[in-house]
Amino acid sequence: MAAQPYGLIATFETAADVYHAAEQVRDAGYKNWDVIAPCPIHGMDKAMGLKRSIVPRISLAGGITGFITGMTLIWYTNGFDYQLIVGGKPLFSPMFAFPVSYELTILFTAFATIIGMFVLNGLPMHYHPVLKYDKIGRGLDDRFFIVIESRDPRFNDANTKALLEKAGGKEITTLEA
Amino acid sequence: MAHGHHAAAAPAILNEVKPAVLPRATLVEHNRDFAWITEKICGIIEGKTPTWWWVCFILACFVASFTVAGITYLVATGVGVWGHANPVNWAWDIVNFVFWIGIGHAGTLISAILCLLRQKWRTSINRAAEAMTIFAVVCAAIFPVFHVGRVWYAWYLFPIPNSNWIWQNFRSPLEWDVFAVSTYGTVSVLFWYVGLIPDLAVLRDRFYAAGNKLRSFLYGLFAMGWRGSNRHWSNYEMAYLILAGISTPLVLSVHTIVSFDFAVSLLPGWHTTIFPPYFVAGAIFSGFGMVLTLMLPLRAIYKMEDLITQYHIDCMCKITLATGTIVGYAYGMEFFIAWYGANPYEGFAFINRAFGHYAWAYWWMIGCNVITPQFFWFKAVRNNTTLVWVLSIFVNVGMWFERFVIIVTSLARDFLPSSWGYYSPSIVEVFTFFGTFGVFSVLFLLFIRFLPIMPMAEIKAVTPQADVHHGHDERTGFGDPVIREKHD
Repeated sequence: MAAQPYGLIATFETAADVYHAAEQVRDAGYKNWDVIAPCPIHGMDKAMGLKRSIVPRISLAGGITGFITGMTLIWYTNGFDYQLIVGGKPLFSPMFAFPVSYELTILFTAFATIIGMFVLNGLPMHYHPVLKYDKIGRGLDDRFFIVIESRDPRFNDANTKALLEKAGGKEITTLEA
Repeated sequence: MAHGHHAAAAPAILNEVKPAVLPRATLVEHNRDFAWITEKICGIIEGKTPTWWWVCFILACFVASFTVAGITYLVATGVGVWGHANPVNWAWDIVNFVFWIGIGHAGTLISAILCLLRQKWRTSINRAAEAMTIFAVVCAAIFPVFHVGRVWYAWYLFPIPNSNWIWQNFRSPLEWDVFAVSTYGTVSVLFWYVGLIPDLAVLRDRFYAAGNKLRSFLYGLFAMGWRGSNRHWSNYEMAYLILAGISTPLVLSVHTIVSFDFAVSLLPGWHTTIFPPYFVAGAIFSGFGMVLTLMLPLRAIYKMEDLITQYHIDCMCKITLATGTIVGYAYGMEFFIAWYGANPYEGFAFINRAFGHYAWAYWWMIGCNVITPQFFWFKAVRNNTTLVWVLSIFVNVGMWFERFVIIVTSLARDFLPSSWGYYSPSIVEVFTFFGTFGVFSVLFLLFIRFLPIMPMAEIKAVTPQADVHHGHDERTGFGDPVIREKHD
């Protein structure tokens, strides 16, 4: 007996087809499955039953860190460690510290957002069973796919295949792990 | 009673509101499908390197060598080889710095602000415009870095612990500028790269299918294993939106802080509160000038008329018109405030700009920045691609002169007549600035040769094929008019 396959993949011609198929897979109660599309499809998150992305929370944490870093850096360097009187200005004031802290807020938010997106997506991942499918290139070009993983508790080769067929999927193929 | 009759005949409140069906502009002409978009954009990279590319590339390298020569001579000799002398200690270097940074702003405006405003026409031009931003920041950074004199101490700009136990002065707007520009460069690169990931994955798969393992590996390395998963798109879209959200205050703050370099000083002609909005509008104006300068030839060479449509050109011309008019208003308002403020030094600074030794530069600026954009009111002008391109060159020239006028005329005639001077650039400065156009062109040519010049995924997302509710949208009443007619 060969190793358990990764799952089943079905091809769809149009965005509307895959959208309605996704609704059926969602309603059938599957959890470990995915839609492959060349571009984000408006409303697909809802059709898949996905929750709102948590990237914004990571971004917020990054932004707060950036602002505090800016203020602390300026207080430490100009107000504490190397006190130099310039133009009769105070050694520290949030007013003159603001532009730099503002820029650091943005800089840290950007890094947090991108790193957060990568971590949540499990990228970089240069090997994935889906990428071994010989027609997957069209999933970034002009075709749409639904992949249902075999580790899903509801996965059953025959039933899952029937569901994908009923939803309009073509060329239903088993993906090797 | 008569009043009641009247009300019954024409009720003040309508029973039903029927919003007019506004036709949406077509973003991709000829109803092209996904495969056509992929083929069109990837075909540029996969095809044979065209002869014109080599000609341009060699020419650009030659021009760039002028910057290398200018900088080499400067580093070997000292900053004295520039034409700077009291009282004009900021001149072409800062003019060129502000000029290039300003050009970058249109890229971020297109990618960030227009994204937040849901201006879907941005998708065709945002990749190239963002590339322009990054390369413009590279060119801009050359000038302040070499202006510090001993360039090997340029790292003193950043708060890095050093053996002298001293720190930067954060009360200076110049230090703010270090953070603004370096953040701007970094975030622009990150934003650009995130946008590229799905497209790099397309190239990875296409080169793999074509049997080019090396290029497939290289694109694949940077594609991070992207596989178009909707679970990924969900986080990706959110991250992209946040990046757009933070790039918007970023782009507005960068030129604001650049203007602080001047506005926070006490020099007449610089010490004005109008500078931040005036600089930001000018930056976007010059940036759109440069976007038009770059995109119109690209559109013609690669026959991109279906992707960069007349509608796109109209939009860009209108933004140039709007921001150019704001700049013109700012010029007028500066004069008004100089008179209204009754400060004799301020008044003199402005009279001197328009009628003094540098009047030639002032009238170049007015001609290019105030008059040129007004042609864009006319549809006939906007439809004439060649004319739009020529006008966009005038915008670029005018915005360079704006910075020259602001910086040099104010310094050359400061408070004490005994210290007045007249500045002319040395040949080294001319070489260095001329060469930056080559540096920019080299980078841009490499970009159009090796990276997708348009974001395929984003363009696909705005086509009717990606709209799963196509023709079924009963809620808004703003659907595709053709489909609605069928329903009616």
